[in-house]
Amino acid sequence: MSTQTMTGQGVLIPALKADRGGQVLLALLLIAAVVVPIFNLMIPEGSFFHLSTYTVTLFGKYLCYALLAIAVDLVWGYCGILSLGHTAFFALGGYAIGMYLMRQIGPRGVYGNPILPDFMVFLNWTELPWFWEGMNHFPVALLMVVLIPGLLALGFGWLAFRSRVTGVYLSIMTQALTFALLLAFFRNEMGFGGNNGLTDFKELLGFDLKTPGMRVALFITTVIALAVGYIGCRYVIASRLGRVVQGIRDAEGRTRFIGYQVESYKLWIWVFSAMLAGIAGALYVPQVGIINPGEFAPINSIEVVIWVAVGGRGTLYGAVAGAVLVNYAKTWFTAAFPEIWLYALGALFVGATLFLPKGVVGLIPARKVKTA
Amino acid sequence: MSTSPATTGPIGLRTKPTGKRRSTNAPSPDLSHNIILYVEGVTKSFDGFKALNDLSLYIETGELRCVIGPNGAGKTTMMDVITGKTTPDTGSVWFGQTIDLLGMSEPEIAQAGIGRKFQKPTVFPEHSVFENLELAMACDKSVWKILFAKLNAVQRERIDEVLGIIGLKDHRFGKAGALSHGQKQWLEIGMLLMQDPLVLLVDEPVAGMTPQETERTAELLVSLAGKHSVVVVEHDMNFVRSIARKVTVLHEGHVLAEGTMDEVQNDPQVKRVYLGE
Repeated sequence: MSTQTMTGQGVLIPALKADRGGQVLLALLLIAAVVVPIFNLMIPEGSFFHLSTYTVTLFGKYLCYALLAIAVDLVWGYCGILSLGHTAFFALGGYAIGMYLMRQIGPRGVYGNPILPDFMVFLNWTELPWFWEGMNHFPVALLMVVLIPGLLALGFGWLAFRSRVTGVYLSIMTQALTFALLLAFFRNEMGFGGNNGLTDFKELLGFDLKTPGMRVALFITTVIALAVGYIGCRYVIASRLGRVVQGIRDAEGRTRFIGYQVESYKLWIWVFSAMLAGIAGALYVPQVGIINPGEFAPINSIEVVIWVAVGGRGTLYGAVAGAVLVNYAKTWFTAAFPEIWLYALGALFVGATLFLPKGVVGLIPARKVKTA
Repeated sequence: MSTSPATTGPIGLRTKPTGKRRSTNAPSPDLSHNIILYVEGVTKSFDGFKALNDLSLYIETGELRCVIGPNGAGKTTMMDVITGKTTPDTGSVWFGQTIDLLGMSEPEIAQAGIGRKFQKPTVFPEHSVFENLELAMACDKSVWKILFAKLNAVQRERIDEVLGIIGLKDHRFGKAGALSHGQKQWLEIGMLLMQDPLVLLVDEPVAGMTPQETERTAELLVSLAGKHSVVVVEHDMNFVRSIARKVTVLHEGHVLAEGTMDEVQNDPQVKRVYLGE
């Protein structure tokens, strides 16, 4: 980010012009948005070129993870806040959309109750808890997808940052946060389906979730969300706020003594990142068809950090590369050698830390940084 | 030191006549008694060790003050107290007649017009020299304003001007982390200038500098006095002698002597504890 924009010129366009990795990413996303529907919907099944709906959903899942990874890279790579609890925000976004999808089932559930989801009938509940009200409206659910993770991040961040909790202590607190949510959501009384979570979704906006057409639509929505999320993050990083945030990462005290309220800046980027994670979770749940408390597991958040480290932190596109590569490896490993996946993941993390400090994208020969 | 309008300082620093000089929202201090900084009866203990012991110090508007003293005399703690990094046990610190600094956070104090240069040069190593100055620039530093902030022509010109003053024009787009030690010191002074502060607190500005760099720093600090009040903490006695008009000697968290360099050097107490002559 050493290019200085000329007076009167925007921030985003020059930033994207200088961002070769981002250009490649956006081009790949555009190609995917065009090619995947064609190969899935227009080429007949059985043809060598046919892309199965399973694969489409799998890629869609990877891209949700990629958006989550960008959110983590934004706070870790650029602001030095190592979050080991970002899947909490991801899962909350997922639960918000999951509640909408549950309400969409209506009387088609096993117990046929037009209002109450099956698990509530099973618990002998007679009326809908207050926080389920309104979740049958799609716009309300969408609002909750960003609002709930955002509010949690705001509360947590406000307490943590103003107490000047930093470094490993903050990371441990984020682990505790997601673990506490894991335990809470396991409880049936919480009203989120307990252990089983929310599942058996049927329709979204009236479209059957199981049809290939809907799967492709969800995939394309994810591609668009990732592209917009990437561009949004790039704008933030290229803005003066982005430079302040990186200044906080490198010399927090200096930032304070030149007059920046460091806590406010950390809080802003933290909440923004949590909202992105919530959106990623909301795109993930309709594609995989289930959300349960397992998504809050602390290990998941640590995995996200590994994706970012392997891909190359502080680049944004590296986070995307890491998320896709590691998850592709995970899919392959857990099918071929399920028992050694965790060892492989650990080895990958150690290997990346030792031999690829700049991650996979660091292997690409650096182009000459434009100076003048 | 008298500042006539549009005089040119020794190294090309234009001392402009100042109308509304500070472009921040912070209140300006009331300087009606010509004292910009009051440090009164300040005591600060760390685990029983009194780093500051009933310290009282008054800085006049526009003066250049040197603070000297042996290690552990409380020089850096004094700066920490003034800039909000440390809260004293007792005492009061006022900025002008009306602004109580003890109730304010570091950023608020910085916004009010007190800039600080650290002993160890602290710049943003991953940012370019230009960006370092841009970030330090006095402006509304609230989050949403900064997200959409753009440099205007006047601000650009000001950054160019400061780049000239600190002699880093050729390094404008280079990473600050790649600068030499002396250049980093200069960049940090440049960042201070960009803040357009009323008071500059400068902690050991010439540590690790070559004699030429030291000389230029002395010229710069002298030229800044008048427009700004400058407080310099320094160990290098030759340097202090070259710039000082008034010297304060600290010892065990207390003011031991105050006066011109000659007066201070001839003070018997100072001779005993500090100069060792």
